[in-house]
Amino acid sequence: MNFVAPDISPVIPEIFVLSMACLILVADLYLSDRFRIVSFLLAVGTLLGAAFLTLSDMGAERVYTFSNMFVDDTLSDVLKLAIYALVFVVFVYSRRYTQDRGLFRGEYFVIGLFGTVGMMVMVSASHLLTLYLGLELLALSLYTMVAFQRDSATATEAAMKYFVLGAMASGMLLYGMSMLYGVTGSLEIAVIKARVAELGVDNLILVFGLVFVVVGLAFKLGAVPFHMWVPDVYHGAATSTTLYISTAPKLAGFAILIRLLIGGLEDLSAVWQDMLIILAVLSIGIGNLIAIAQTNIKRMLAYSTIAHMGFLLLGILSATPNGYSSALFYALVYAFMSLGGFGMILMLSRKGFEAENLDDFKGLNQRSPWHAFLMLILMFSMAGIPPTVGFYAKFGVIQSLIDVGLVWLAVVAVLFAVIGAFYYLRIIKLMYFDDPETDAPVQATVDMQVLLSVNAWALILVMPWLGSIIDLCRRAIAGL
Amino acid sequence: MTFELLTFFFFSAVLVFASAMVITIRNPVKAALFLVLAFFSAACLWVLLEAEFLGIVLILVYVGAVMVLFLFVVMMLDVNLARMREGFGEYLPMGAIVAILMVAEMAIVLGSGEFSLANMPQPAGHPEGYSNTKELGRLIYTVYVYPFEIAALILLVAIVAAIALTLRKRPNTKHQNTAQQIQVKRSDRVRLVKMPSEKKPEN
Repeated sequence: MNFVAPDISPVIPEIFVLSMACLILVADLYLSDRFRIVSFLLAVGTLLGAAFLTLSDMGAERVYTFSNMFVDDTLSDVLKLAIYALVFVVFVYSRRYTQDRGLFRGEYFVIGLFGTVGMMVMVSASHLLTLYLGLELLALSLYTMVAFQRDSATATEAAMKYFVLGAMASGMLLYGMSMLYGVTGSLEIAVIKARVAELGVDNLILVFGLVFVVVGLAFKLGAVPFHMWVPDVYHGAATSTTLYISTAPKLAGFAILIRLLIGGLEDLSAVWQDMLIILAVLSIGIGNLIAIAQTNIKRMLAYSTIAHMGFLLLGILSATPNGYSSALFYALVYAFMSLGGFGMILMLSRKGFEAENLDDFKGLNQRSPWHAFLMLILMFSMAGIPPTVGFYAKFGVIQSLIDVGLVWLAVVAVLFAVIGAFYYLRIIKLMYFDDPETDAPVQATVDMQVLLSVNAWALILVMPWLGSIIDLCRRAIAGL
Repeated sequence: MTFELLTFFFFSAVLVFASAMVITIRNPVKAALFLVLAFFSAACLWVLLEAEFLGIVLILVYVGAVMVLFLFVVMMLDVNLARMREGFGEYLPMGAIVAILMVAEMAIVLGSGEFSLANMPQPAGHPEGYSNTKELGRLIYTVYVYPFEIAALILLVAIVAAIALTLRKRPNTKHQNTAQQIQVKRSDRVRLVKMPSEKKPEN
């Protein structure tokens, strides 16, 4: 066999982030606590550099390298850029919060960057092996970040739960993958696709493997009935970690869903459509209903995440390119809404005080009208109220359902979205119509203030470019 | 029945027996030792499948390193087994239902004939002088270099995570400062005190 050295140019962003993470790991050892900010700046700079590298290499051509294990297409470029942006903002938002709590350590950034590499690997995976390894790299980083607050009992418990359930989900996914390998004889997703087309949809083992794959993916995304870890992890982890978990990894999860179900097993769509319908309806229903009962805003947003994941699955289960691109758009919008939502919790938290109860938002308008207004935009967008971009995300998904004739599903989704609007609007009521329980001023660093304002306002001001973003999503899906 | 088949059945029987003992025996040290036996039998099966490198690695890594570590942990920690068994009866019915369902499902799927000998023809034999180890090494560093590097990265993350989560800087721990020790001078340690000579007490 003649071996040709792989072309590493498409992988340069990954190599760059990885090398920088290792550099920060070593450099951080020589920094005293006073200069810890250098690690932060290096981490943030790494993400900017990676974005530059990905942008400069962004072509419409689909490129495979490393023996077809790595793919560089429009979808991977779009998702990678979004992941850099999200992790960048996560680092900036969490700076003061982590400083106040002794979590502002080099490892936080190093592990965060390693997790980013994991997500990049997942996004660009065209082989079951790389897909799984990327997932594990990300998962391992996330477990560590949750456990970072060693002295907090809830954080340790959350990390334990996350670790055990995550390991089980990985096992499920691996078992499903091994079945797929057994039937198709290949781990390469393109080859699997070709073999599935030959074998047909009624191959028992293929369907058996598919069930495990779907269960594993549902675990990772946190769709009902595999959602048990989500509220506990969101609640137990430090808010800075919750912010990280709730944003960029969702995009990576979406990416592997697309790569596996659509890239490899699209011919089985009739089979996975039914499974996803069950997952989606349960997620939207249970997520929205239980969120109403929460008094802790982190738990509330966790259940809202579950409901949003249900919406994301709705877009995928329509099994049309239109549905996939609307799901991609939904995932992007959701990640940025979640970024703003948890960013707001971080901002209201102070040294020795966690703003994690709904009551902490009481009368925010009197304390700081500007921040109350930002939260208003975020909540409107999450609830899907026009003119925010959250409305268009939900609209696109529901339209794709109607296009394929699943009207009843669209009706169910809208009904639960209306029920869900209750708890988003309750926060707005608390902020504007209740009296504050404390008069502590809202403090935040300037960079965070600016970014959070941009973050929230972008959900409205992005409107003129909405068409081109949706178009980009379409092109990303078309380039699969 | 060929000799090969006979060895296969022998090692399989030992493997099943050892695995059953691992989860049923009460003494954790014995359970760990049975796990060693299970690993060993599995390694022998792998050797029968002509995967001799993996078989040897299984013994070296799992039996030689992981299980020894495991035994240390079991012996050093005083695990209260009675407490761990408390919920057993409570969860048994549910667990049994799930287990039986899964076994039934797997039996249906695996028994469907998809993995029958007719569908899985015997692979062609290897040429003379074929080395499993060499082939693995060649593939890992060429075709599979990308996943190999990611696996290395996962290990790095595990190391960083383990240190970050367990290293505690306690203020009252005593450290040895080698540089200071080497640079020490006689005058730092020995103090010559001049004092008047004592007189012999008179009484």
